[in-house]
Amino acid sequence: MDLMPFINIVLLLVLAPLLFGVINRVKAFFAGRRGQPLLQLYSDLYKLLRKHAVYSRTTTWVFRLGPVVGLGALLVACSLVPYGGGRALFAFEGDLVLFLYLLGLVRFSMVLAALDTGSSFEGMGASREVHFAVLAEPTLFLALAVLMRLTGQTSLSGIYSRFSVEVWVQAAPVLVLVAGAVLIVFLCENARIPVDDPNTHLELTMIHEVMVLDHGGVDFAFIQYGAALKFWLLGALLVGFVLPLRTGVPWADTGYFLVAMMMLAVVIGVIESVMARLRMLKVPHMLVVGMSLSVLALIFQLR
Amino acid sequence: MNAWLEPIMVAIVLMNLILVASGRLSACIRIVAFQGIAVGLLFMVADVYPPTTDRLLFIFASMILKGFVFPWLLFQAIREANVRREVEPFVSYPVSVAICIMTLVISIWLGGRLPMPRPVLSPLVVPVALSTIFCGFFVIVSRPKALTQVLGYLVIENGIYIFGTALLLEQSVLVELAILLDIFVAVFVMGIMIFHISREFDHIDTQRLSELKD
Repeated sequence: MDLMPFINIVLLLVLAPLLFGVINRVKAFFAGRRGQPLLQLYSDLYKLLRKHAVYSRTTTWVFRLGPVVGLGALLVACSLVPYGGGRALFAFEGDLVLFLYLLGLVRFSMVLAALDTGSSFEGMGASREVHFAVLAEPTLFLALAVLMRLTGQTSLSGIYSRFSVEVWVQAAPVLVLVAGAVLIVFLCENARIPVDDPNTHLELTMIHEVMVLDHGGVDFAFIQYGAALKFWLLGALLVGFVLPLRTGVPWADTGYFLVAMMMLAVVIGVIESVMARLRMLKVPHMLVVGMSLSVLALIFQLR
Repeated sequence: MNAWLEPIMVAIVLMNLILVASGRLSACIRIVAFQGIAVGLLFMVADVYPPTTDRLLFIFASMILKGFVFPWLLFQAIREANVRREVEPFVSYPVSVAICIMTLVISIWLGGRLPMPRPVLSPLVVPVALSTIFCGFFVIVSRPKALTQVLGYLVIENGIYIFGTALLLEQSVLVELAILLDIFVAVFVMGIMIFHISREFDHIDTQRLSELKD
């Protein structure tokens, strides 16, 4: 029995919140501050897990179910994604469809929970989240379809095990287009800066944060941890084909993958430091650009 | 040699997309300038004959003309005519991008059916050329300013240039030279025209030129 997938998942579960710490330190460095401690999110999670959740009387069981379903779906999704070229815990033909729908389920449960509070702010956030998701999801589907076509594999593990530097030499233009599309989806899905500001304090401009305003205690810890997991999962999809170094030694591959994820966090921190956030009206434009990149890649790959 | 062909062509298609998606006149001018240079590079990379001096000279001349002289003239026109910096298209940017991609799909279908007098360099060249031409037409009809229409002409000319590359015609240089001269005159005249139109009417919006009254 190969232990590597288990070890990879344990590493993911332990290290996922660290990435946000890295991003915050990079942003602090650019702003000339010292910034939060690297392990800030761990402390936050610990603090939240000791608290009781408070529920408003207008909410129903839908609100209570939201964070649990969200975290559960993400944990299942964790077992489908390969980390560092190895196999995922589960791999079967077409598992990428299940993966994307699990992410869809996470969003669906969060949106329902947000609508269930009856707060107009949360309804606004839910509407925006769904609006952007409509543009982001097909982009990711198309991008993965291009990778499928390129490698001739139909499972995530299969696709990512086939990537190497030679594939890049052979199909560089297509892969650059796909990487651009996936990066845009990555920024949108994780509510990072050109789309959404994770540190904003103004409800009117929020997207992701405004949906979770009424969650507290354990529920909020689930949501924060879920956001970290989602960041790691989509990051693994991006890093897996952008930096495809495979040594064949499982430990070295995992170590290299962890370094690549930290590099991704640094890159995101740099993007957040040098870019301003887009106007809300411009965000769909950016997502349309992402979608057209993946459509172009598909066209060039198909012809 | 052909390893560079595909990246350059993808870059050209991307530039078409950026052109229809960008809202600033100066950005559009810059993109068209870059496209002119990229098309020149394509010609250089695709050259299967041993490069002769006059061919190289011609390529460099066209790159300098399209990459530096035309943009300079157009920037001059913007400054003199005091044009508003936005493109203000009739068709929204996302729809423009979608149409641009549609033209590429149509071009690939068309490129597969078009009988060619001789084997082409790469199956991608003809579709890229056709879609660039279509994009140029689209820019002309969907943007109201006289300046963007000049840009549309330049993009069409780039498309024709790529088409010539695809066929590797020796005579394409001659054809190209004639077109380039035409375009040069057009840009020149347009520059003067835009200046005069804006001086007479305080705008260069072609839609409102039909309301001529004294």
